[in-house]
Amino acid sequence: MNWTIIGIWLGALLSLSLYSFLYKDNPIYKFAEHLFVGMSAGYWVIYTIKNVLIPNWWENLLPAEGGMQPIWLIPGILGIFMVLRIVPKLASLSRMSLSLIVGTGAGLTMTAMFQTNALAQVNGTIITLGQGGGWFNWVSNIIMVTGVVCGLVYFFFSKAHTGAVGRAANVGITILMVAFGASFGYTVMARISLLIGQTQFLLFKWLPTMGIHL
Amino acid sequence: MGKFTEKLGSIDRRIIFTVIALSVIIPLAVRLELPIPISPGPSTDMFDAVEALPAGSVVLLSFDYDPSTMPELQPMAVALTQHLMRKDIKIVSMALWPMGVSLGNEALISVSDSLGREEYVDWVNLGYKTGGGVLIVRMGSNIKSVFPEDYNGNSVDDMPIMQHISKLGDFDMIISLSAGDPGVPAWVMMAGDRYNIPIGGGCTAVSAPQFYPYLGTGQLIGLLGGLKGAADYETMVRIDQVDPPPGTAIPGMAAQSVAHLVIMLFIILGNISYLAGKKKKGGVK
Repeated sequence: MNWTIIGIWLGALLSLSLYSFLYKDNPIYKFAEHLFVGMSAGYWVIYTIKNVLIPNWWENLLPAEGGMQPIWLIPGILGIFMVLRIVPKLASLSRMSLSLIVGTGAGLTMTAMFQTNALAQVNGTIITLGQGGGWFNWVSNIIMVTGVVCGLVYFFFSKAHTGAVGRAANVGITILMVAFGASFGYTVMARISLLIGQTQFLLFKWLPTMGIHL
Repeated sequence: MGKFTEKLGSIDRRIIFTVIALSVIIPLAVRLELPIPISPGPSTDMFDAVEALPAGSVVLLSFDYDPSTMPELQPMAVALTQHLMRKDIKIVSMALWPMGVSLGNEALISVSDSLGREEYVDWVNLGYKTGGGVLIVRMGSNIKSVFPEDYNGNSVDDMPIMQHISKLGDFDMIISLSAGDPGVPAWVMMAGDRYNIPIGGGCTAVSAPQFYPYLGTGQLIGLLGGLKGAADYETMVRIDQVDPPPGTAIPGMAAQSVAHLVIMLFIILGNISYLAGKKKKGGVK
């Protein structure tokens, strides 16, 4: 039995089942959707147990060389607390685990996030205005700095958007719309890319299994 | 004419879906080829940065995606691997997304086999570890404590490629192919800015605009955005090659261009119909 061919056929039939929703909702689509959700959940559970829980926790709690490391009971208990969210009377215990996750995450990323996404960006916006690189760079830098300042003015609500402030805010919203437009264009490209990928699979992997070579 | 323009606004969505599907299927089926002009930008910056690395350099390639974004990111993985291996640059790969391990392996094994490279000498796949940004911070001080073994369970201490690698700072460059979080932002934040290591990125088109600010500040040395970025890189890697291996991004871009033209046409038709309807009601003079 050729498992590759079976895999290709399963993939193709499930892809077509999912695309059938574009015509209208139907039982075949529902079957494929439920199968996908169920298999994804099952895959993740097994993957997490095998690749996260066992190597990162179980093998530390009970090392191969023998003996038990009781300190590793703490993360195990915190993990059980998370699962207790499904028991209404004990659900509050999950807050202890969550607070530890949020606290650790915040502590580790707060400074880095501010440095990377705020200070470095402000720095990049300020210094480029005076840099050389020809007239194209010079105009680009002017547009960028104007865009940033006017964009910020648009979100400054302590002064009425009238007169000079209103005009700057209008420039700001125009710049924002251009940014959203670019973002939307990229999103369209991404969605079409997914369609292209699946079409390439159907045309060049599935059809050849039926002797059709394009 | 009035009725026609009104009807344009109420075209059955299934007709639109069919036309879009055909605009993708036909160019792929007839193997339509459209030129992909390469102009200076994030893709060429990425290529030039890799090109500037001397032979023997070691690059960390992180496969931070899964099959849902494979059409955009897998061609980048293949093209980047080809470029790196052809230049005799060693690749240490890993994944911040579980399924990135097998997708990365697919690219590494196929390119390595075609170029006669050797696993554990020229490349290694360390596998997946959970943790995202926290994991990267730990790798900054000691990689072998995070990845004592590769995805096959072989000890990294025994691998020739890992003999001079003990922390992130030992890499000449880090490249993340990222479909979301954790991915490029985590590498920029936790590795690039913290340890001053050049970071390159490849990402889905959806997330590309979000990463452009990192290019302006130099936090990213280059960026491949979506299928276009992959096609750019594929094109640049194929230059000067005799009988280059076929890629999937370049043919995909022809279908992409036709589909975009069709979408633009529908947008224009929709607007004509909208304006005509408004004019009829007296909204537009």
